[in-house]
Amino acid sequence: MAEAKSNGDSSPAHITVSQLTMAYGSFVLMHDLNFAINRGDVFIIMGGSGCGKSTLLRHLIGLNEPAQGDIYYADENFTRADPERRRELVRRMGVLFQSGALWSSMTLAENVGLSLGEYTDLSAAEIRHVASLKLALVGLKGFEDYYPSQISGGMQKRAGLARAMALDPEILFFDEPSAGLDPISSRLLDDLILELRDSLGATVVVVTHELASIFAIGNNSVFLDTESRTMIAGGDPKELLARSHDPTVRRFLTRGAEETA
Amino acid sequence: MAAGALAFILGENSSLEIRLSGAWSLRAGLPEAASFQHELDQAPQVKTVAFETAGLVAWDSSVLAFLAEVSELCRARGIEMNRAGLPTGLRRLLELAEAVPEKKGARQEAGEASVLERIGGIAISATGAFGATFAFLGEMTLTVGQFLRLRARFRSADLFLLIQQCGAQALPIVTLISFLVGVILAFVGAVQLRQFGAQIYVADLVGIGMIREMGAMMTGIIMAGRTGAAFAAQLGTMKVTQEIDAFTTLGFSALEFLVLPRVIALVLMMPLLCLYADFLGVLGGAVIGVGMLDLSWATYFRETAQAITLADILGGVFKSSVYGALIALSGCLRGMQCGNSSSAVGDAATSAVVTGIVSIVVACGIFAVAFYVLGI
Repeated sequence: MAEAKSNGDSSPAHITVSQLTMAYGSFVLMHDLNFAINRGDVFIIMGGSGCGKSTLLRHLIGLNEPAQGDIYYADENFTRADPERRRELVRRMGVLFQSGALWSSMTLAENVGLSLGEYTDLSAAEIRHVASLKLALVGLKGFEDYYPSQISGGMQKRAGLARAMALDPEILFFDEPSAGLDPISSRLLDDLILELRDSLGATVVVVTHELASIFAIGNNSVFLDTESRTMIAGGDPKELLARSHDPTVRRFLTRGAEETA
Repeated sequence: MAAGALAFILGENSSLEIRLSGAWSLRAGLPEAASFQHELDQAPQVKTVAFETAGLVAWDSSVLAFLAEVSELCRARGIEMNRAGLPTGLRRLLELAEAVPEKKGARQEAGEASVLERIGGIAISATGAFGATFAFLGEMTLTVGQFLRLRARFRSADLFLLIQQCGAQALPIVTLISFLVGVILAFVGAVQLRQFGAQIYVADLVGIGMIREMGAMMTGIIMAGRTGAAFAAQLGTMKVTQEIDAFTTLGFSALEFLVLPRVIALVLMMPLLCLYADFLGVLGGAVIGVGMLDLSWATYFRETAQAITLADILGGVFKSSVYGALIALSGCLRGMQCGNSSSAVGDAATSAVVTGIVSIVVACGIFAVAFYVLGI
């Protein structure tokens, strides 16, 4: 909180998390999370399996309520905002869920076009045109009329990304983008993420534990630790690898090759 | 191959040798760790345990499980375990099993909760579920309000598909069941009424029974089992695959987009299905009347027409519409409350049918009293 205030309006912080505690009922998953995500960052949320990375992402996009603490977008308190305002803020975000989460009763073009139809005054033909364009951006030109069940997992994920980008969001969230993808598709998706960040000027937040991705795309991060139930490191992952002295972080970033414990 | 054998040899210097020989396999059973414990009880002076496995022909997890228990016992009693005599594979597996110490608190306490504790737990979760149900109904009321002000957002294509699914596609099963219900009502009535020559009143019995109560009720129960369960399974699966989250993060309300069209479809289709069921029930009664009681078709239908009033028909149709709302709401409620696993989807479908049928029967009771008081 203090950090967020001191930076003031001139701060480049796009998202600020302050004193966040996440809990399921009385079970505290993580406590005292404090970090800031700057505009244009590719921010990595990393940590071991089951430590609450995806839950943190759900908090950031308002699907879960913090047990304590606040989340700020620019300088606006997202956690305490009224529902109408929250919906407006959420509309500026794009989310790619772990499984893609495409709506199975709609074609890819309908999946991508749904929010366009809702929040813009475009005609049906224009929506279709924009949806095709978004699908083309993720390499799915010509698949407009396929249903999600007719395409492969990797394609579903890319279609999910096209849907997330439909409204040209300021922030893109990715939940385990490389889960279930072969190394090459996963690499292509990484490249796509960087490309989108550069061309759209969006801030990107990625939940992942894929080391290759972390070093390839991340320029800022937070490391969640299961043992102490809080964050134990943050910053550029490459810097962390070079400088961090924390045994848990080192073990993670070196795939356990350095047993510094 | 010789079956596995286990022997203990008490040596000098307070040492115990465990001799494993023959072929051990899980199918044949585990070496008994209890015998080792017994041996230790007999010889409390034992300070080291060693192994002799020269005669061991084959081993699998059975021996490993035994060794893990031996190791545990040794640690508890402060006995040194000399593993040099074990085959390399066994030794390494044993080390692997012990590499990560048991996480404290990871083991679920299977402790007996007291009766009071359990009652308290049930009461707390019941109030929670009660609150969640009312929250859902409240939000749904607001959503319906939006719909009436023409501000609700959903895809009309979805609505038409749902109307087809819970309207036209339900006709075969509704046909079969309501025809048979008409036959059964007529049959039961015929046997009784024939005793004093009042066969003609079978038409009244079937007509009033079907049109006032059974038509709406049977359609409701069919639709609860057919469509209510389907709604719960659809929404439950969408919850598991995060499709509902995807709606929320795009600023869409899942209630408007998913629940509202389902409620509308069922509320619109139930009255039509009910009228159809009424007609087929009467037809089923007529088949018995004509076939068993020697009434003519014309007589039967004239008697039916005299017995029933427009109010009877409208009352039944109105009830069916309410039942439709109840079925759709309970199906969607259970679907939206679904947990995050495939078994939770099954539970949601089951509980949607139960909730649907229970609420139909309760509503039917309330209607019976209300119609009586209002003199309909």
